[in-house]
Amino acid sequence: MPKDSVIGDGQKRREDKRFTTGKGKYTDDIILRHQTYAAFARSEVAHGRIRGIDTSAAESMPGVLAIFTGDDFVEVGGNPAGWLIHSRDGTPMTEPKRPVLAHGKVRHVGDAYAAVIAETPEQARDAAEAIVADIEDLPSIVKMADAVANSDNRVHDEVDSNICFDWGWVEDNRAAVDEAIKNAPHVTTLELVNNRLSPNPMEPRCSIGDYDTGTGDYTLYTTSQNPHLTRLLISAFVMGIPEHKLRVVAPDVGGGFGSKIYHYGEEALVLAASKKLGRPVKWTSSRSEAFLTDAHGRDHVTTIELATEKDGSFIAVRTETMANLGAYLSNFATATPTFLHGTLMAGNYTVPNVYVNVKGVFTNTVPVDAYRGAGRPEATYSLERVIDKCARELGIDPIEIRRRNYIKPDQFPYTTPVALEYDTGNYDAVMDKLEEIADLQGFDARRKESEANGKLRGLGIASYIEACGIAPSNLVGALGGRVGLYDAATVRVNPTGNVAVMVGAHSHGQGHETTFPQIVAERLGIPVENIEIVHGDTARIPFGMGTYGSRSLAVCGSAVVRATEKVIDKAKKIAAFMMESPDGEVEFDDGVFSLKGTNKNVPWGDVVLKAYIPHDFPIEMIEPGLEETAFYDPVNFTYPSGAYACEVEVDPATGKVEVKSFAAADDFGVVINPMIVEGQVHGGLAQGIGQALLEHAVYDADGQFMSASYMDYSMPRADDLPMYRVDHSALTPCTHNPLGVKGCGEAGAIGSPPALVNAVIDAIQHSGRTDVTHIDMPLTPARVWSALHDK
Amino acid sequence: MYNFEFVRPSSVADAVAALADEDAMALGGGQTLLPTMKARLAAPTKLVSLSGIDGLSYVKTGGDSVEIGGATVHADVAAEVADAFPALAALVARIGDPAVRNRGTIGGSVANNDPAACYPAAVLATGGTIVTDKREIAAEDFFQGMFATALEAGEIITAVRFPVPQAAHYEKFAQPASRFPLVGIFVARFASGVRVAVTGASESGVFRWTEAETALSSDFSADVVEGLTPSADGLIGDLHGTPTYRANMIRVMTARAVAAAG
Repeated sequence: MPKDSVIGDGQKRREDKRFTTGKGKYTDDIILRHQTYAAFARSEVAHGRIRGIDTSAAESMPGVLAIFTGDDFVEVGGNPAGWLIHSRDGTPMTEPKRPVLAHGKVRHVGDAYAAVIAETPEQARDAAEAIVADIEDLPSIVKMADAVANSDNRVHDEVDSNICFDWGWVEDNRAAVDEAIKNAPHVTTLELVNNRLSPNPMEPRCSIGDYDTGTGDYTLYTTSQNPHLTRLLISAFVMGIPEHKLRVVAPDVGGGFGSKIYHYGEEALVLAASKKLGRPVKWTSSRSEAFLTDAHGRDHVTTIELATEKDGSFIAVRTETMANLGAYLSNFATATPTFLHGTLMAGNYTVPNVYVNVKGVFTNTVPVDAYRGAGRPEATYSLERVIDKCARELGIDPIEIRRRNYIKPDQFPYTTPVALEYDTGNYDAVMDKLEEIADLQGFDARRKESEANGKLRGLGIASYIEACGIAPSNLVGALGGRVGLYDAATVRVNPTGNVAVMVGAHSHGQGHETTFPQIVAERLGIPVENIEIVHGDTARIPFGMGTYGSRSLAVCGSAVVRATEKVIDKAKKIAAFMMESPDGEVEFDDGVFSLKGTNKNVPWGDVVLKAYIPHDFPIEMIEPGLEETAFYDPVNFTYPSGAYACEVEVDPATGKVEVKSFAAADDFGVVINPMIVEGQVHGGLAQGIGQALLEHAVYDADGQFMSASYMDYSMPRADDLPMYRVDHSALTPCTHNPLGVKGCGEAGAIGSPPALVNAVIDAIQHSGRTDVTHIDMPLTPARVWSALHDK
Repeated sequence: MYNFEFVRPSSVADAVAALADEDAMALGGGQTLLPTMKARLAAPTKLVSLSGIDGLSYVKTGGDSVEIGGATVHADVAAEVADAFPALAALVARIGDPAVRNRGTIGGSVANNDPAACYPAAVLATGGTIVTDKREIAAEDFFQGMFATALEAGEIITAVRFPVPQAAHYEKFAQPASRFPLVGIFVARFASGVRVAVTGASESGVFRWTEAETALSSDFSADVVEGLTPSADGLIGDLHGTPTYRANMIRVMTARAVAAAG
């Protein structure tokens, strides 16, 4: 296959055959000999003191093998936060322990306080229901403002308030920002809520603990986005199982969207139970349990101020945010509302003064952590909404005000006031592309058509920038990260010339099994069919950090490139020997090694064979075999950016919003497989539109989760969504990774909510209701109707 | 789901006998009952399936009425009343999804009387009759509030009979998550007058909007509805809409139903 056709070729996803024909192998498909089943007893109250747990009735029920309560894990470590945040006053954040099973108190509805192991899932569930917990109701802490105001009633008794941290970014900017806003000719202020979401991957979580009594080895099969990280957390923090005695396997995983990055107590429980029983223990989450236990996303309450000149030039941005952390610190929970949020608050713009303040708040709700976009959607939403409001106040076109403030191509690399250095970008070119694909010229005609049908039509624009390719280890270390964020790949050439690539990234919908071979095929000049990707098993892959933060291609893909280059370097040495010129310069092109300046050449297959059958081989100079590993640690984040346009129709009689069209122009850098990229954008847009229009995890004042089923939690469905127009041709290659790629997984979910809300506000304002400047998401019919009719 | 006994009698008499056990429940298509049992929120000791009874699944059209056997699934109703009662066919065609429509039955829906079910609106708006193994019950008497009906323990719906209106339309505004009606309006115009039934909106289940009926009986136009203001008293307030919003939607959807009924 000619190599030029491989990069940029929209090859069909090879993994889809097994996924669409029922041949995927998910964790729940794994059935081990003598397998037993776990079920959990979970709190029905949001906040309560455990006075006693009576397991006697459950113990004598049919099939019951063991029962665990929080008392059994008192000596076990806590599930840690992966990022240490310091408050403005320099004090470290508070880190109350997150136990395997609740001990002393239950802290949210769904908090597990006991677990039953039984011969069948039904027996385990029956016995779990028979456990009687004596729980003293405590007043629930639900609203963040109440949690902050009242330190007497605390989620965690051992810390002195419900505020985990009070973070300023960049604290040194604070005085200058305050001064700039005080003196600015125009200041736009907006208060908004970034609605809480439940991630809802198609596959609920599942874990199997399998302790081998013969070897003392543990295996954990689990729905994880990062098996090595899970192993590290269990080994080093939670259970103390030595890493070399614990294998973590994450087989096919049906989506994660962030929720499967984290280590959960159920994983520790099945391992401990398997050790105790000497039999495998499986737990499979029901959808109801998924709502009550999978880490939620978003849930910010923010006030943002944008100071400008009269001509719309940005002077300063200041935000104050309360970020809900839920009842316990999930692994990335403290990084998400801080360094993945505050650092993006300059957006795509030259704004000289930026200051972000975030309070992380404990409440009696499910823990909140990274969900598709993770902090960056929250930053983008706040900024792009306030820009839109500002443009209306100043009478400037929403595209024009953005263009006026864009960082220009000749200003890169560009260092923002919130401490990121954007390497490259061309925001005007992306906006040009958007104007073209969205047919903005035709909008006025379409609006007239809608109005003739009694509908209000609006157009919403948003730009976004995100920091992806997470992340440079030295940078995250300086910012409080407790792990490195490199990735790793091993390229193993088999004796017959085909290739296995073991990668640290994990594919749970991203299409790595198709994209990664394209990278290797391009470099080795062999067919993609001859390349296999191995992932998701700590026993088979090098130590990698998994998949999240749109990092797989930029970080792990770069490791694949480096490992492939090492293979080629070694193969060249072998080829030089085979061409009887050990010191000669060898070129490698399209699968053929040639000696420069001669007509001598040897094909790939012959060189590989020589490496593995080294009968006639310079064994004193070159090792036999052809297998190389590379670790890649990026020098900077990557910075995908884009411009989105959304058109909506609002029915003023019902408040119903219909998304008529959505156009997304993105700069993802170099695109390896455009079909997969397009699919990633489509999925991201669906989730962003879901957040803006439909999805809402709602708690009542008692901490009951009111939308914890699909009867009330509204997932986007095909008929809620328009046909998309997407483009990623206005690209600037990333300057610092070998592929020039930036990442595309989260973009759609980041840029779409503000575009949609801006469109609805445009529709309403155009109808004459210029007093309606904001509606909080989700823009349900009832909320939109109320905004139109409450005066 | 807890363990239960399952029987599938072949006659109404056997079904009635089987239902005499305490905690036995009749099973139509199971589209509400089975998910409830799977969530362990219902625990009948015995399920008596009505799907094996001969002659309980049929659609009879002709004259001024349509009669549907109690065990007839929605998909069959949608197909078979398309000509005789198109407004009813359109209502049925939008219940749930294809899986629900191929399992769920009219008897099960009407007996459950979910305050947001579609069928009760058609039954009440047409002045239909519920036929059981014991008696015939007028729609007015049958629906007695949220999940409450005139059915006695062990009584089985064998058929539902609808007078066919001169003109009719069902207008459903879907709750975004469940896609049950947030407000559903069935408007039926007869020579004797207009009837309007509202589902999805009230804490008391399906009800007639008599103010609109009176106005529409003298002037069958959307405009006349626009001038009315339904009361928000007793309407449902939840995550998806306040009583005030639902009151607005009753007016808006009724006007649209009238316009569509023509």
